Amino acid sequence: MTKAAELAKMGEVLTNGQIGGRRNIVINGAMQVAQRGTSFDYVTTDAYSLDRFNIDVTGGDNSAGRLTASQAAITDLPGFANALKFDCTTADTSIAAGEALILSQRFEGQDVQQLKKGTSSAEKFTVSFYVKGTAKTYALEVLDIDTTNNRSIAQTFGVTTSWNRVVLTFDGDTTGVLDDDANRSLDLNFFLHAGATYTGGTLDTAWGAMTNANRAVGIGSFYSSTDNEFFITGLQMEVGSQATPFEHRSFGEELALCQRYHYRAGKAESAYTNFGQGWATAARAGTIQIPLPVEMRAEPSVTINDVQVSDDVNSAVDCSAIAVNAATGGRQLAVLEFTVGSDVTQYRSYGLRGSNNTASHVSLSAEL
Amino acid sequence: MSIESAKYIKSVVTNPNNENTSIKAVIGGETWSVPLDPANTHYAAILEWAKIDGNSIEAAD
Repeated sequence: MTKAAELAKMGEVLTNGQIGGRRNIVINGAMQVAQRGTSFDYVTTDAYSLDRFNIDVTGGDNSAGRLTASQAAITDLPGFANALKFDCTTADTSIAAGEALILSQRFEGQDVQQLKKGTSSAEKFTVSFYVKGTAKTYALEVLDIDTTNNRSIAQTFGVTTSWNRVVLTFDGDTTGVLDDDANRSLDLNFFLHAGATYTGGTLDTAWGAMTNANRAVGIGSFYSSTDNEFFITGLQMEVGSQATPFEHRSFGEELALCQRYHYRAGKAESAYTNFGQGWATAARAGTIQIPLPVEMRAEPSVTINDVQVSDDVNSAVDCSAIAVNAATGGRQLAVLEFTVGSDVTQYRSYGLRGSNNTASHVSLSAEL
Repeated sequence: MSIESAKYIKSVVTNPNNENTSIKAVIGGETWSVPLDPANTHYAAILEWAKIDGNSIEAAD
């Protein structure tokens, strides 16, 4: 690049305001945070893997293809220690029309207002990421969820066996304002496998009403062979037509951003971890409060794995069920009601803790 | 989202009006307690799931 071209590029970046402040709209783009675990042997429809990354394994028809998704430690891409890795464990070469394999990150409307979507000032934006794996062509779709019948735009990209930074710039969309709220408004969708329902038309390379047949045209299939792998990290989405260097945030910052959507109390560090405190309201029931590290996006759902209530004096009692009590809890404090199978002492203080099992946990979800 | 079953739950602690206060649902093989919050995606998905013939949210005990 000539000096003049470099200066012109720098001027464009400065004009677009990409230098200052926080640039990357994507959360956990360096694939550092993995509250749910680091390996997912089978992902059911529309399930999360590494934090903020959703994997949808069906677009309507279930593929026979299977994959393991995992957090892979990498040493061959300076500046990055982790990647999200897909490993095909069962091939599917007979692709039904409605099949799809989609890796997504979903955004709240209030977090993408800077795109100025739906206005005459709509901004171009650039999505960049590092990929390697089995040589394939895949597609990245940007999908507006708010507009009636949805709007979308897509581009294909290539994967090779060596790390490569893909840079895809998308035009701004002057149609379809995104709601300024905490609900799902915009998706980044990586199509890694799709049937004719999604590939039968012409790729939507300009914003328009979403047409299924135009969403993933021209892609290969990740499920074509059990030899197939796909690695991705350094995912960034930013306003403007230039990809700036990946914005590294601290692990603590990324974790806090992720915990707005999912909080797992209980790490695999020790047994008998305490999650929260409460009291018995009856012989076999009580209430527990779990402080949330950040305000969650919505009132969270909760699931438990091998937990018990204990007064720290007498033997603990296994917790047989948990129910959220949204009347007294919310997005800043989880208030749960526990049920136990044998008697506790009414009105005595109890803690909710893991059993003698480092996998014990309480998970709270307010995902998009 | 793979929803296998759903049942309303009434709080046994704070429920002066004896109302449904949450849903116990099996989602993706895990049992979740889901608040009746329209912004909660589990709750929204359960309501959509219940619209399909053959699916329903079981009444609370």
